[in-house]
Amino acid sequence: MKYIDEFRDPEKAQRLLHLIHKRSTHPVRLMEFCGGHTHAIFKFGLRQLLPCTVTLLSGPGCPVCVTASSDLDRAIAMAHLPGVIVATFGDMMRVPGSNGTLQDAKAQGADVRMVYSSLDALSIARANPDRPLIFLAIGFETTAPTVAAAILQAQEEDVDNFFILSLHKLTPPATKAILDAGEVNLSGIIGPGHVTTVIGADSWNFLPNDYGIPCAIAGFEPLDILWAIYALVDMIEAHTPAVSNRYARSVRPEGNRRAQELMDQVFQIGPAEWRGLGVVPSSGLLLREQYRAFDAALHFPVQISPSQEPAGCRCGEVLRGVTEPPQCPLFARVCTPEHPIGPCMVSSEGACAAYMQYSEA
Amino acid sequence: MAKEVLLAHGSGGKLTHDLIRNVFLKHFRSPLLAMRDDAAVWRHSSSTEVQWALTTDSYVIQPIFFPGGDIGKLAICGTVNDLAMVGAQPLYLTASFILEEGLPLSDLEQIVASMARTADEAGVEIITGDTKVVDRGNADQIFINTAGVGIVPKGVHISGANAQPGDVVILSGPIGLHGLAVMSQREGLRFSFPLHSDCAPLNSLVAAMLQADMRIHCLRDPTRGGLATTLNELAAQSQVGIEIEEARVPIPESVHAACELLGIDAFYAANEGKLVAIVAPEAESAILAAMRRHPHGRETVTIGHVTAAHPGKVILHTTLGAHRILDMLAGAQLPRIC
Repeated sequence: MKYIDEFRDPEKAQRLLHLIHKRSTHPVRLMEFCGGHTHAIFKFGLRQLLPCTVTLLSGPGCPVCVTASSDLDRAIAMAHLPGVIVATFGDMMRVPGSNGTLQDAKAQGADVRMVYSSLDALSIARANPDRPLIFLAIGFETTAPTVAAAILQAQEEDVDNFFILSLHKLTPPATKAILDAGEVNLSGIIGPGHVTTVIGADSWNFLPNDYGIPCAIAGFEPLDILWAIYALVDMIEAHTPAVSNRYARSVRPEGNRRAQELMDQVFQIGPAEWRGLGVVPSSGLLLREQYRAFDAALHFPVQISPSQEPAGCRCGEVLRGVTEPPQCPLFARVCTPEHPIGPCMVSSEGACAAYMQYSEA
Repeated sequence: MAKEVLLAHGSGGKLTHDLIRNVFLKHFRSPLLAMRDDAAVWRHSSSTEVQWALTTDSYVIQPIFFPGGDIGKLAICGTVNDLAMVGAQPLYLTASFILEEGLPLSDLEQIVASMARTADEAGVEIITGDTKVVDRGNADQIFINTAGVGIVPKGVHISGANAQPGDVVILSGPIGLHGLAVMSQREGLRFSFPLHSDCAPLNSLVAAMLQADMRIHCLRDPTRGGLATTLNELAAQSQVGIEIEEARVPIPESVHAACELLGIDAFYAANEGKLVAIVAPEAESAILAAMRRHPHGRETVTIGHVTAAHPGKVILHTTLGAHRILDMLAGAQLPRIC
């Protein structure tokens, strides 16, 4: 398939691997921020092909995984309100909150629907004008513009039963939080390809400037990822940290201005609670004053008990790159894809799920 | 186990298997059921060589009409294929309908006509049936159940438990067409290329294979849960390992594109007109040749082999030269978020 097969070419992959093996002399620890990268790395078996000097660590880039338990508990409580329809992306259905999942709530009679986009959720709202629809707006800078577009469309059409619970999160502040915590010693970052398509490669300049480490933006095919790893190894060996855009067929230095404007029109930046990272300042998106009519948090206040993380679950540490999934005492014993305890085992972008599904046998 | 039935219990993955083991097999104690093949096979009395095969399946697909087929065609093919997968020659089918109040009669007739056409093609007769109508909202348009009975020819012993180290794994053609055709239709996605379900009765293909060589150990149609799930089922049932070469598994361009767009994996997408055969190595070339001569097997390929190592596990050798587990899915496959 055009634009795919070229980036999976086994011969070119071998050539890149040869270059990485030749260039890499010092041990490096590289974090792939994005869960999509983790998934691809495991799916194509890239870790086993890299030299032992290159260690890859999974980061917090899984929107489902970083959603705080308290936010999930609020969403479940909202789903139980009479008449309410909750719409969400599929993976969210299976994440355990303090008391069960959205999927359990659905089996108990709550109206929870799986959608593929915020516009699908808007369609459900239109089709059920007498019932409030709450869309659980999770995701990074990739999904936020589409949610902004749905809100503007709802406003234009006077759809007054469409609400969102904005749980959006921003990636650069989370990367900073991980580096500032100093728990993991990182030599470089594999930058998220889809997010950076929106925010622009320049958004990562703080990594070489403030932290002295390189960043290589990568696409999601094996050659994209290997090329980014080579760029990182090369910059680390040469002591020339910079932002290297290895996904230029999608990412521009300034990003997608139209998407940024949409986000900025509807949302303002505020604090957000991340699973694993706690409250990170300026890392969330809140609805601006003039769009408060769409704010589910405002219109459907629910009381929840203090949320509990599942006992023994180390998803928080996995999301910070401190713990590898197999080091968690629950991994594969108690916590499995069929009976997940923590979100990293649920989401297809979660590190634990990738380890389970694609283990090297 | 969850306290309530979840939708994921019906996805054909691990949760479905848990449900079968923990609820159905716990109470239904028949050794024939415990074989867990697509159809039950038994001999009426020890004095006869005749073996019967019986199977049943319910069809609840949305949308009821999709590119390349409809719920009626599916209801015939599914049951005919379940019989074919134990090597049986399908003879008679039943057809039961649960209809939702308000279903257009023209839709019903179109579905029934499609069933009749497909039954003709497969050479089976529908000889008994039942109809129930429920209030609007208590069913989704139309649910169909079919059961089928057939005869297993003398000398045929096909079961998911029969794979042996050294056997060859054969796939009858490109994967993912049914799953992606239905999913695209459901999501209102339109592509510039055709994406049609591969829904087809496979009994004549199986008959041709058996005629070429009887040394077929396992047959299974990779429906719900896709190729990955079927291979895992066979590895577990036979307590053998299976090794698959990723580069040999044919994925049509259209399926590949739709998978990339939706963020799903073709190895887990449903097929309704394909089969996986595990055969003795000596039988490989004769069976491949016979399959390639058949209209439903023209693109047949060998995709791997059976090994004594890592029993119960399927290993995928990736195109880049790495290897990893090809696991069953825990629940339904879901499109990615970002």
